[in-house]
Amino acid sequence: MRVALFVTCFNDLLFPEVGRAVVTLLRRLGHEVDFPAGQTCCGQLHFNAGYRDQALSLVRRFTRVFAGFDAVVTPSASCAAMVRTHHALLVREAGDGALEAAVGEVAPRVRELSELLVDDLGLTDVGARFPHPVAFHPTCHSIRLLGIGDRPRRLLEAVDGLTLVDLPGADECCGFGGTFAVKNAGTSVAMGTDKVAAVRASGAAVLTSADTSCLMHLGGLLSRAHAPVRVMHLAEILASR
Amino acid sequence: MSARDAMLGRIRASLADRPPVPGVPRGYRTSSPPDVDPVALFSERVRDYRATVHRRAPADVGATIATALATRGARRVGIPPGFDRALIARAAVEVVVDEPPLARAELDALDGVVTACAVAIAETGTIVIDAGPDQGRRALSLLPDYHLCVVGADQIVGTVAEALARLDPRRPLTWISGPSATSDIELQRVEGVHGPRTFDVVIVEALSPALPDPPAPQEAVP
Amino acid sequence: MATLREPVPTFAGTPPFPKAAAAALADRQLRENLRRATTTIRDKRARAVAERDDWEALRLAGAAIKDEVLARLPELLVKLEERVTAAGGAVHWARDAAEANAIVAGIVKDTGATEVVKVKSMATQEIGLNEALAREGIAAWETDLAELIVQLGQDLPSHFLVPAIHRNRSEIRDIFRRRMAAAGRPAPDGLTDEPRALAEAARLHLREKFLRARVAISGANFAIAETGTVIVVESEGNGRMCLTLPETLITVMGIEKLLPRWQDLEVFLQLLPRSSTAERMNPYTSMWTGVTSDDGPQAFHLVLLDNGRSDTLSDPTGRQALRCIKCSACLNVCPVYERTGGAAYGSPYAGPIGAILVPQLRGIARHPVDEQTASLPYASSLCGACFEVCPVRIDIPEVLVHLRGQVVRQRGWRQRTLSQEALLMRSLGLALGEPRRLAAAERLAGLAAGTVARDGWIGRLPLPGLLGAWFRGRDLRAPARMSFRRWWARQRRGTT
Repeated sequence: MRVALFVTCFNDLLFPEVGRAVVTLLRRLGHEVDFPAGQTCCGQLHFNAGYRDQALSLVRRFTRVFAGFDAVVTPSASCAAMVRTHHALLVREAGDGALEAAVGEVAPRVRELSELLVDDLGLTDVGARFPHPVAFHPTCHSIRLLGIGDRPRRLLEAVDGLTLVDLPGADECCGFGGTFAVKNAGTSVAMGTDKVAAVRASGAAVLTSADTSCLMHLGGLLSRAHAPVRVMHLAEILASR
Repeated sequence: MSARDAMLGRIRASLADRPPVPGVPRGYRTSSPPDVDPVALFSERVRDYRATVHRRAPADVGATIATALATRGARRVGIPPGFDRALIARAAVEVVVDEPPLARAELDALDGVVTACAVAIAETGTIVIDAGPDQGRRALSLLPDYHLCVVGADQIVGTVAEALARLDPRRPLTWISGPSATSDIELQRVEGVHGPRTFDVVIVEALSPALPDPPAPQEAVP
Repeated sequence: MATLREPVPTFAGTPPFPKAAAAALADRQLRENLRRATTTIRDKRARAVAERDDWEALRLAGAAIKDEVLARLPELLVKLEERVTAAGGAVHWARDAAEANAIVAGIVKDTGATEVVKVKSMATQEIGLNEALAREGIAAWETDLAELIVQLGQDLPSHFLVPAIHRNRSEIRDIFRRRMAAAGRPAPDGLTDEPRALAEAARLHLREKFLRARVAISGANFAIAETGTVIVVESEGNGRMCLTLPETLITVMGIEKLLPRWQDLEVFLQLLPRSSTAERMNPYTSMWTGVTSDDGPQAFHLVLLDNGRSDTLSDPTGRQALRCIKCSACLNVCPVYERTGGAAYGSPYAGPIGAILVPQLRGIARHPVDEQTASLPYASSLCGACFEVCPVRIDIPEVLVHLRGQVVRQRGWRQRTLSQEALLMRSLGLALGEPRRLAAAERLAGLAAGTVARDGWIGRLPLPGLLGAWFRGRDLRAPARMSFRRWWARQRRGTT
């Protein structure tokens, strides 16, 4: 199986350790991944902000770069959702038949990390060890757009030494929302502040999720408050031993 | 151009892409599961709205109505012109027939009203009145603060769909599910605003003998 | 006769959403009231919906029926008109708010009445009917408890179902104590803040108005084209009072409120109560067809309102907003609404549905809109909770993003290059358009970050506009010294 890694622009620049963790984890499980160097971004930021033309050219690039792989793994539920649910919509709007066909080939092969592990590799125990109390933020796009359900939770529950703490109101939005975080900064921070309060009350030492975008927002709030909680992507925990 | 023609023209222009008329997938339930006893379910659901429910054999209905009216302290009670007077004959109240129609102030001054209904729905605990002769015009069951409704067991259907099939849309219909209520203050339900604040239901069992009353609701209606 | 003489506040002049939200966010009492109310109803709704194992089938049917209505709208409206007229009612067509208000005022004046009682109606709020009637010397009394609270409190509604959701019980008691006397029967002496006592006070206050009312005005939850039947769904009985006691009844109804068939109520009378008040069935539903001799109003007028609906209908993606049955479930689950309340949306249609409906009613599909309207599609984190609960499956996030696209397109190239957001988007688009440019930008960012970051995070930076907004309350993740793509290239070189 030829597996490509779509690291996402966000992780590439801000959380490169997440990409490294995916590579480490998959190698440990006996799978080599390729990193097509032409990759940049899935277009989510532009699409959600209303800049559809720019989003479309990013879709074009994405589809070209990842054509021919059996699977494309990405450590971002919201980017996976963008590709799987919105790429087709965008190209249909543009009326580009050839591109539409290409998107139809590539987009369904994009797998969020926990989908690849649980569904394609049939694993929940990936041999990780992480002896810390962890709170899991399910993220809106994970549960509502992509529908990955409890896969990350099952992976976390199988990690040796890890204590998954209860996070009240876990399925409520953290307030990141892409440009929402800056265009409606006040509301975004108010939502995040409530989420961070729940995280701090949970007794977790680490907050994790399948998306670093939410984690950047929540981590930024935790950092500002000098809270003794670190943010880590799911992949980093699964790669730990 | 008239407003009518202008609006219809604009709407037609907006539908220039000719959106398809979808078929309606009616995969939802329209009848109750076979193991459901509609009368029992209806009683339970009406009680959930904090209304009182009595199940009685036909012979015991008059006594139950009399007791209920006495319990509520009702002295002057309105009935629709076509309501079976024998049912209320045993009650120690002054019966006022809404014929000729009572003035609003007179209706408002009544202590209560006793009516029949057109159909009742088990799943939602709803009774529907259709202004038939034994139910009266709409104002009659609205202005008095207490409403006692007599429901025949054979009038109780399982679902909203079954009720709609029995009803005539040309008649004025009022669907009643428990006493009037509001959730306007902190989204917490409070029973009793403008409609009757107290609502009793007497179910007339068709063939079976008198059944014991279901347990009283947790919080009795005052 | 007593009237409220003070000027009534309106939504006119509401600033763009972020600014309006800031005022609400600073009001701790408001946020506490909203949080308590929305979390209460959220849990109740989830239980009411879980009781129906066929909920998804009901949603699918509800969406399909509403799509059918939109696709067949001209034909169904004409049929409704025919049936209502045949049953003794009069049908009026109103292209916009001014036309609707003039029709209603004319009908009221013809009866000689100088006051009307009203059943809660979103459509009449949308067109500003009460203010229009006041200008004609007609007093309009709201009779829904929450509307009464809003009207007496000289306030703005903030929720479809519970317009006074932003008020808690003691605030409501104070409003009643202070203002009921000026509008009619005063609040009882020693009124407490018990919800039961407050409801009793409203009952007494409004009863005298019901008993003397000659004209009532309502909205409509549904109208059945094949029968001409109009349906109002309510809880308190004020609807029954208004629909039954007066001689003249005027119903103002948006053209999208139609249902084709009587049978369709079997879907909507399940979807609406469970989604709105989280009940198996709401206490009262009234249905009438034209006029009935010796029962209820002897004159019935139905006003069919366009006011931007036909514009909304022209957008194949956006028109799904017209499926809305105004249940308010999307408001109750929305994390943004929970924190800002309804007033921040600048219209009676608040929350997620307001954010997609109002820009369309104001013509965003046909022409550029004002700043406040243009800010509404951005008043969402796109979390998707609204779509999940919508009983007619309106994909609100999809429409929000679609409308953002329209805002960006309408601003045009000139304006776009001048705004900071557009500049950012363009430069990001440039960098992301080509991996080598991206790699170079990443190196620059990493180097720059190295000078200000501490433990991987950057603290406060005095930046203008959107960039500075990030630092309000949050630190920023520092761009890495070595991007993933550089690491990858290096380790590849190392292993080969």
